[in-house]
Amino acid sequence: MRRLGSRLAQMVFVLWAVATILFLIFRLMPGNPLAAYIDPNFTVEQQRELMQRFGLDRPLHEQYVLYLGNLLRGDLGDSFFYRAPVTKLIWEVFPNTIALTLFALLIAYTVGTLGGIVLAWLRGTWVEGVTIPLVLTTRAAPEFWLGMLLLAVFSFNLGWFPSGGANSAGASFDSELARFLSLDFLRHLFLPATALAIYLHGLPLLLMRSNMLDVLQEDFVTMAKMKGLSHWTILVRHAARNALLPVVTAFAVGIGYSIGGNVVIETVFSWPGLGRLLVRAVSASDYPLAQGAFLVIAAVIVVMNFIADMLYSTLDPRVAHER
Amino acid sequence: MSADVLTAPTARRGGRVRAMLGRLFAVVLKDRFALVGTLIYVAFVLLAALAPALAPHDPMEIQFLESGRLARNVPPGDASHPLGTTSLGRDIYSQLLYGTRSALLVGVTAAFFVVAIGTLVGLVAGYAGGWIEVVLMRLTDIAFGIPFLPFVIILSAFLEPSVWNIVLAMSLVLWRDTARVIRSQVLTLRERAFVEAARVTGSSHPRILFMHIAPNVLPLSFLYGSIAVGWAILTEASISFLGFGDATIVSWGAMLQDAYQSQALSLGMYHWFVPPGVAIVLVVVAGFFISRGYEEILFPKLKE
Repeated sequence: MRRLGSRLAQMVFVLWAVATILFLIFRLMPGNPLAAYIDPNFTVEQQRELMQRFGLDRPLHEQYVLYLGNLLRGDLGDSFFYRAPVTKLIWEVFPNTIALTLFALLIAYTVGTLGGIVLAWLRGTWVEGVTIPLVLTTRAAPEFWLGMLLLAVFSFNLGWFPSGGANSAGASFDSELARFLSLDFLRHLFLPATALAIYLHGLPLLLMRSNMLDVLQEDFVTMAKMKGLSHWTILVRHAARNALLPVVTAFAVGIGYSIGGNVVIETVFSWPGLGRLLVRAVSASDYPLAQGAFLVIAAVIVVMNFIADMLYSTLDPRVAHER
Repeated sequence: MSADVLTAPTARRGGRVRAMLGRLFAVVLKDRFALVGTLIYVAFVLLAALAPALAPHDPMEIQFLESGRLARNVPPGDASHPLGTTSLGRDIYSQLLYGTRSALLVGVTAAFFVVAIGTLVGLVAGYAGGWIEVVLMRLTDIAFGIPFLPFVIILSAFLEPSVWNIVLAMSLVLWRDTARVIRSQVLTLRERAFVEAARVTGSSHPRILFMHIAPNVLPLSFLYGSIAVGWAILTEASISFLGFGDATIVSWGAMLQDAYQSQALSLGMYHWFVPPGVAIVLVVVAGFFISRGYEEILFPKLKE
């Protein structure tokens, strides 16, 4: 319990530090700091209202207190470009990003885990000699380039999948859930998720394989061998169950980092998600929106790191927490 | 103090460095992964050095046909343009060769800073302990909370778009992994007998840290360095692809952006967007291969 408390405190500390760094980047950048919040095209009343809300006419330290206060209340300001609250814009695209990330991670970790078990089984064979360099190669390929190849072949050349977006133009749905479950959405999701999964599957695969090889050295596996259990039974029923734990935590951490890394894939496939929103906001000098999108991505990463840490210590009682 | 005492440590240090280099070399010869990776690196270094001699054209120069018309979208296989030209009439093969230079430049400088900062933070945190360790490790936690690519995007958009700002942004965040690993390594080394012996004979803290402990973690730093080269190249490519890169430099990422923006995908111009991607994969995977070779030596348990 004490562990949980101190880890929670650490999470809040990191969130605060990241928010502070972002505040400093946005206020200290070259040019007029007021420009970070106020679009010259706003009307005089709008400008005055925003000045007051974020205290932009006051000294830096007061602005900082106000900024943190606004953050706590979930007020991220208004987008210059869309003329709408940043939080509203972010929540509109957030489900798309989550859907893409989870779908890709599920494919990647299913394939990776099974692949890792098989490779541990085939230890020392020619299959291993061929597969491992191949897997390393998929991790070396830029995600956006994989995406470009898939687009060129499966969308433009063969015409099997749409070339971008999350839904066909003009498609309407009764609810968000109906939209996610529609064939149209899945067809749009398939290529970007595949590109991500090709990139992501290497980590669980290599991790699972080396964990399996570690676990296979342990006493209980020797015991199982002595009981005369078949190789495959030992591998799946005994070793795999124990080797899976670090893969589960890697999955949790992976959710956070994938959401941060999705910016390129979302741009290639014009996927209306958080990453693409951030890229467009930065390109258009839409500072409040860029700052808000960054903060939400950072928050997801920090929370997922926390969950991974907690999962690890809950699932594996052997882990001693000295830190 | 006699001359003998003065020269002894230097001689020992020279021997240690030679021994380490010898060990690195032995790994390269023994491990097929490391060998292939090193060969790929050597090939790319040669290509980068010889780019001006090998490239048939200036990579940014717009080419014209003999008829005087713009040489746009020339198909590959042409005598003067082996990989064809872009939609603005630039020679793809020359761009590919010159791209080697920026990739290696970014990769090696960023990896150097990442590993230097990470190693230093890890060494000091692990050895000093107390509040210094607490402060340094909280800084590492913060670095782990920063979304890497978005951070590089924001920084390179706010500062001048240049390769150096991309290198700076990467160095500010990516040292985190190296720092954590080096620290935990130092924690165990600190308790070892040779460190104790150095302490008893009155060696100063900096001396123990940099002369006795640091050489033992350097192979690990090297491992992280060879991975960081790949990360840096991938990151530079992503940033250029998103349009926040250095427009004055020919890079593989910028080539891919150009191809993407110019409808090369729908036109099926594979000769334009496949080669830069393959080049990136080769350099990055070379780093992975080398690091893997060293990992097998550093953690021989996996080799059983």
